[in-house]
Amino acid sequence: MTGFTRHRKSRLVIANFSGFEADLLRSLASQLVELLRNERAVPIHADDPLEALLDFTGPTEEPDDPVLARLFPTAYPDDPEAAGDFRRFTEGTLRDGKADAAVALIDGLEEAGLPPELTEDGLVIDVELDEATAETWMRSFTDMRLALATRLEVEEGDEDYWATLSEDDPRGQAHDIYLWMGYLQETLVEALTS
Amino acid sequence: MDDVSTASPVQVDPTTTPESDDITLLATPWVTIVWNDPVNLMSYVTYVFTKYFGYDKKKAEKLMLEVHNDGKSVVSHGSREEMERDVQAMHEYGLWATMEKQ
Repeated sequence: MTGFTRHRKSRLVIANFSGFEADLLRSLASQLVELLRNERAVPIHADDPLEALLDFTGPTEEPDDPVLARLFPTAYPDDPEAAGDFRRFTEGTLRDGKADAAVALIDGLEEAGLPPELTEDGLVIDVELDEATAETWMRSFTDMRLALATRLEVEEGDEDYWATLSEDDPRGQAHDIYLWMGYLQETLVEALTS
Repeated sequence: MDDVSTASPVQVDPTTTPESDDITLLATPWVTIVWNDPVNLMSYVTYVFTKYFGYDKKKAEKLMLEVHNDGKSVVSHGSREEMERDVQAMHEYGLWATMEKQ
């Protein structure tokens, strides 16, 4: 595993993944898409069902899911009304952008040869990304890392805690994936700035 | 939303100077604040400041270090509309950004 590098001649951002790694990235990206598209963006107001049905505007309340609350922070912490308006006008667009980026990542992996169902061993997926696509991947990696970290409740300077978990602890395994994605992200930023 | 008044057909005399309201608006800009989080990489935050705001590497790194060390940094100034665009862009990049009137 070498992460991303910039090809000297073509200037493309390149990386190769094992079939397992590519499948894992696809799985995380798919889950992100599902979360972004399935969780209701507009809460149902049970006290006024007609108004709720006729409400086609965006959400005004912070999402219940902590991952979504982190992906779509409240823009005006001290002004609930302005915050609601900002959310109504931006959250839908932001959700679509993040879902589209994750879908682009999935498409990129599949175009590079990742089959719908991973069956064979020894598969290597070579990806070659132009600058714009590499930036899309970088943004989506950020979203996936934010999602994982929020679920795991990662905090500043908690490395020692994670190191104490036993190898078969699922939280530790998920944290290893989080660290791996951080490594990929670091090499991707480096490749884009080199 | 409440403070959006309906447009009234006021005749503007082109010879008059701009109203002082415009000057007041310029003098009291809004700011975009990026907050520290335990997830985003220092290199990534620097990249975003360079790429989106067009800051040179030195300025982008200074702001990134403020976020990292002080917990937050004012990364841009401007009108309310401009700051809403900046905050939205920061959210696109996964940074934790808010805005307030300075």
